[in-house]
Amino acid sequence: MSASRLAVRLAAVAGALFCLAAASDPSERLADPAQEARARAIMRDVRCLVCQNESIDDSEATLAGDLRKLVREQVSAGKSDAEVKAYLKSRYGEFVLLKPPFSWGNAALWGAPFLVAAIGGALLIFRRRSGPQLEVLSPEEESRIEMLIRDETH
Amino acid sequence: MIDELGQFALVLGFYLSLAQVALSFAGRARRDTILAGAGEGAALGAFACMALAFAALIHAFVVSDFSVMNVAANSHTEKPMLYKVAGAWGSHEGSILLWCVALTGYGAAVALSRGLPFGLKALTVAVQGCLGSLFVGYMLFASNPLARIAIPPVEGRSLNPLLQDPALAAHPPFLYAGYVGFSVVFSLAAAALIEGRVDAAWARWVRPWALAAWSLLTVGITLGSFWAYYELGWGGWWFWDPVENASFMPWLLGTALLHSAIVTEKRGGFPAWTAFLGMGCFTLSMLGAFLVRSGVLTSVHAFAVDPKRGILLLGILAMAAGAGFALFAWRAPRLKDPTTFAPISRESALFVNNIILSAVTVTVLLGTLYPLLKEAVTGEAVSVGPPFFNLTFVPLMVAAFVILPAGPLLAWKRGDAMAAIQRLIPAALIAIAAGVLALALVSPRKALASCGVGIGAWLIAGALDEVADRVRLGRAPLAEVGRRASGLPRGAWGMTLAHIGLGVFVMGAAFETAWKVEAAEVRPIGGVVALGDFRLTLQDVGPAPGPNYDAEHARIRVEGPGGALACLAEPERRTYDSGGQTTSEVAICARGADDIYVVLGDRRVGPGGTPQWLIRAYWNPWARFLFLGPILMALGGALSLSDRRLRFGVARRKAATAPSGLAPEPAE
Repeated sequence: MSASRLAVRLAAVAGALFCLAAASDPSERLADPAQEARARAIMRDVRCLVCQNESIDDSEATLAGDLRKLVREQVSAGKSDAEVKAYLKSRYGEFVLLKPPFSWGNAALWGAPFLVAAIGGALLIFRRRSGPQLEVLSPEEESRIEMLIRDETH
Repeated sequence: MIDELGQFALVLGFYLSLAQVALSFAGRARRDTILAGAGEGAALGAFACMALAFAALIHAFVVSDFSVMNVAANSHTEKPMLYKVAGAWGSHEGSILLWCVALTGYGAAVALSRGLPFGLKALTVAVQGCLGSLFVGYMLFASNPLARIAIPPVEGRSLNPLLQDPALAAHPPFLYAGYVGFSVVFSLAAAALIEGRVDAAWARWVRPWALAAWSLLTVGITLGSFWAYYELGWGGWWFWDPVENASFMPWLLGTALLHSAIVTEKRGGFPAWTAFLGMGCFTLSMLGAFLVRSGVLTSVHAFAVDPKRGILLLGILAMAAGAGFALFAWRAPRLKDPTTFAPISRESALFVNNIILSAVTVTVLLGTLYPLLKEAVTGEAVSVGPPFFNLTFVPLMVAAFVILPAGPLLAWKRGDAMAAIQRLIPAALIAIAAGVLALALVSPRKALASCGVGIGAWLIAGALDEVADRVRLGRAPLAEVGRRASGLPRGAWGMTLAHIGLGVFVMGAAFETAWKVEAAEVRPIGGVVALGDFRLTLQDVGPAPGPNYDAEHARIRVEGPGGALACLAEPERRTYDSGGQTTSEVAICARGADDIYVVLGDRRVGPGGTPQWLIRAYWNPWARFLFLGPILMALGGALSLSDRRLRFGVARRKAATAPSGLAPEPAE
């Protein structure tokens, strides 16, 4: 990364950090509280494109303000949440959505957490089936238990 | 002069770390106690050098010696003394030096520890020396904290004002002590793999280091989260931000390690897996340092970023982790797991714990790196934000929380599911009652959040239930209950406390997230903002100059239902002299476990030219639980650490009576 790009990024951090939940600014608010609540919920899932890692709900950057205006316009025009998000995606790409869409392209992302858990579960079951059967305790194991019991009571 | 001494100490420390590696490996190879002893001496020397260099750097910051580049870039004569000192670890170079102090410090602690068998100890010191050489070398050649500049400036560039905060001054030392504490576990795992012995005795040696690292990391993360809560000014406490995730991953895997090591310690089971986790924790710690310091990921709070040196850090990470896991791949297949256990048993419960904790670690890792990977592979930019983690991490953890209280109630080898369920009936009733009460009493009505409150109560009541069971509360005379309670090992109390802490945190997280109330209005003096049942009246706003900033200071009267004064909130908006940045000093009124969180925004011109201010306020119910919970968890870790069974002398004495399969090698 070039020095100038770094400087831009740092400036973005600086700009981003000193803003405070910008979307709650009363001057931007929609008159209808239900629509406003819906717009805010959408904003929390939309990324501020020039910021480091913030939703437009949080960011005070100018572009975030423009996007908020866009979201509020769309919501007050009666668009559904999905329609607003689809519109934003068509304009700015997937990057704008903080929740990556469920698509084959993102299967690895959405699938991995549960795949790992499933593999772990399979290992537990496989281990049980293939492992040696439980036997009567050997004298060695008995003495180990005795030691463990002493552990517990000390 | 002192800077040159520090510089000299850095160079000497590097060579001592190299000597530590050579002497300790040679000592092990030749079974020569004198050589190995010299290796331990080198480890102590390396730590002394790093401590000296660190002291020199702090001195340079204290006296504002701007001929040191690091001081010129990060300090300022007008800065309060605490932040001058904290500036020593606020920069990239300084934080790497702090890392090296911790790394060599843990190496010295291993060198001084008693009871480890000769071979294992020499190899552990040697591997710790390898890690030390890598990082001290990196610092010396690419990131020198004491480098001079030819023409010193008259004034420094100061530390980012956001970082000038007591919690954040203490945050890096705790975080690094935690991160780097896992290096000992890494070294012990590598040493045990070379020795070919991963058994109960080894797990007993691992446990105190893992517990200490985990507890310190818990405190470090909590401090960071608390700082974000009151300093960033939007009332949030966790953003699933890459920098936060970087510290959370080693914590999650460290939690898995603590549980897996119990099986290895008590039953000799899961030896390869515990060794793998031991290596994984420090690998994730290094990855965290790399992610935070290299700037490859965009984050709201990445400080002291330097992409060029990031590549070097990545190289070090690849070398250390690559060597470690290659060793694992080579030696681990020879490790035999002697244990057998039924599907319902303590082992199975801990196995499931490890499956889930590993799965969530992978989730956080993938969620953090996915934008990078996807962009590298397809060129498409994607964002992975909080909604992803809420849909993956949260359900997996909920599954873990549901089975958690049953784990400690199951016997080793073969547990009795029905008995455990019966014992958990009181806890289940309490949990359901808590959930139903939340659903019925708190408005607006939220089912999922009520479940969250119930799950938190389930964890707390389940932990207490287990203690009640162990001391036979209600089934034995009180005198015997007391005797049993005082006889319970501290490790057991530590576990109970940590699990209660988790429950407290879960309740706080569910409640705060669901029922926080936000208000924001632009008001002149005398204006009122309604926040739920509270009324906030802006009484006055005046100037409040500080040592290195100017501020607008507001006094806001907060009245509870019925008009009673709840508190006087005094938030500030500060403009720093150097750099002209503005920060917000949030006013937080604690009401029991709840917070009223008040932020003074920018000044605006109202009708007729009267000044008005943006006032933003949050009602954060149960917010205190979010920080109390992790503190209880860390205290639980500390309590467990103080258990006499963890002291090496006890382990050794036991070895005399233990069967041969469990006996550690005699100490030299």
